[in-house]
Amino acid sequence: MRKLSQSMTGTNIVAMAVAAAGLTSTAHANENNDTSETAAVHESASESTAVAVQMSADAPVEVMDDTTSRRDFLPSGGRLLLTGGVSTIEGAGGGGLVPWALIGGYGTRDQVGVSAYATGVDTKDFTLASYGAAFNIANRVELSVARQNFNLREVGNALNLGNRYTISQTILGAKVRLFGDAILEQDSLLPQVAVGVQYKINDDEGVVEGALGLEREGVDIYASATKLILSKSLLLNATVRLTKANQFGILGFGGLGGQNQDYEAQFEGSVAYLLSRKFAVGGEYRTKSNRLEGALGGTSFREEDAWDIFAAYTLNRNVSLTVAYARLGQIALRRQDGAYASIQIGF
Amino acid sequence: MRNILSYCAAALIVTAQPALAAPEEPAVSDPSIKPSAPTLPVITDGTTLFEQFGGRDGLTKIMDDVMPRWLQNSRTRPFFANSDQERIKLQLVEQFCVIMNGPCEYSGRTMAEAHRGMNVDEAAFYALVEELQRSLNAMKVPFAAQNRLIAALAPMHRDIIDK
Repeated sequence: MRKLSQSMTGTNIVAMAVAAAGLTSTAHANENNDTSETAAVHESASESTAVAVQMSADAPVEVMDDTTSRRDFLPSGGRLLLTGGVSTIEGAGGGGLVPWALIGGYGTRDQVGVSAYATGVDTKDFTLASYGAAFNIANRVELSVARQNFNLREVGNALNLGNRYTISQTILGAKVRLFGDAILEQDSLLPQVAVGVQYKINDDEGVVEGALGLEREGVDIYASATKLILSKSLLLNATVRLTKANQFGILGFGGLGGQNQDYEAQFEGSVAYLLSRKFAVGGEYRTKSNRLEGALGGTSFREEDAWDIFAAYTLNRNVSLTVAYARLGQIALRRQDGAYASIQIGF
Repeated sequence: MRNILSYCAAALIVTAQPALAAPEEPAVSDPSIKPSAPTLPVITDGTTLFEQFGGRDGLTKIMDDVMPRWLQNSRTRPFFANSDQERIKLQLVEQFCVIMNGPCEYSGRTMAEAHRGMNVDEAAFYALVEELQRSLNAMKVPFAAQNRLIAALAPMHRDIIDK
């Protein structure tokens, strides 16, 4: 068991994510209307299709599944691929680390959508597993729930907590788009702006509450501005977050001994470049507060800014995959960087 | 962080388009219709973009390719099935040509007038764009060039969606 945990690498996380993708993409294969760029011609007796067949004699046309029935049952999936972003490790729609003003999923102003995700981040000493779901209403409101399991692996042993000691927290999130449409308003520099809250409930009574004596609950409040500059194939996002969280809340809220309980503003930014309508690359940066430095003397428990470089690929409207190199900064004793892999499903 | 912000600011500044000689907008026959986005927003004074689409012949091929896609996609089919498809294709060739500074004249109406009462919803609007993207991919138009055209078309949503 101990050996197993030691060999838990980024590759394993990717493999797990891909395995999960296989299960879900099979389940939704029949609903998928996003087939390849070139495909065979439909054969049908209906008049409009007959026209299509005739007109496509010298141009390949792909098969389109009929989405009408799906529309009637649960209208969803109208917006362009990638324009909902992916799921952050805190459950909100955005990049991997930074929430965006975009409402997650592909629902238009007339639609609702649901999505779920699983993410693994594997650093030198720790493994962060995050999973959750979101409900999106009318491209206006995003409600999310996320669960984070932060596995201390060998560090757990070193701290006499036992091997694979895990700190967990639940994050309830809500985001509301205030104004702007990052995608449609291409003749204006006005971004899409949203505000959100994240209510974080850390379960850990042993370390966070016991050993460190920290608050286990906290609320983050953030505002995000996102703009797609389509003529440059560029997406930009800036977020400001008011928070008391240490290491995203995994190490509780506020400083040691009841000190440092004020909200601090943190700044987060994302840049993504669209390489095709299904593939984007980019980077993110997120500042974090540093309230626990010296908890074990010296520079122990120093907290540093986090960043990542990512590649996101959406197979279709139902499945997206993200891989990244993530650097979370120092956590506990050492700087933590490593592989990030995420799968998102939605409809 | 400061660097990232200044990059963002620089990117925002470079997107500001230089003023171009705009062709005259089509006349609106019904005075109650007030277009809120131009039908012919010329986005370049060069010829490169037009050439990346294969010129007028290329645009005609793109329209021949995309119309069957619009007729097969259930979200766009209702808006084309009982229409004069050849006329729509011709006018879109003319419109895209003018927008990309090609040597064409647009013979159609404003987007506001052409879409009035059609009840195009946002999902249908995006479905049309997506099928166009598929055609442009099939015709090997570079993705960045595609995005320049689609960015010029996007503001027309104000005259098209839910009208």
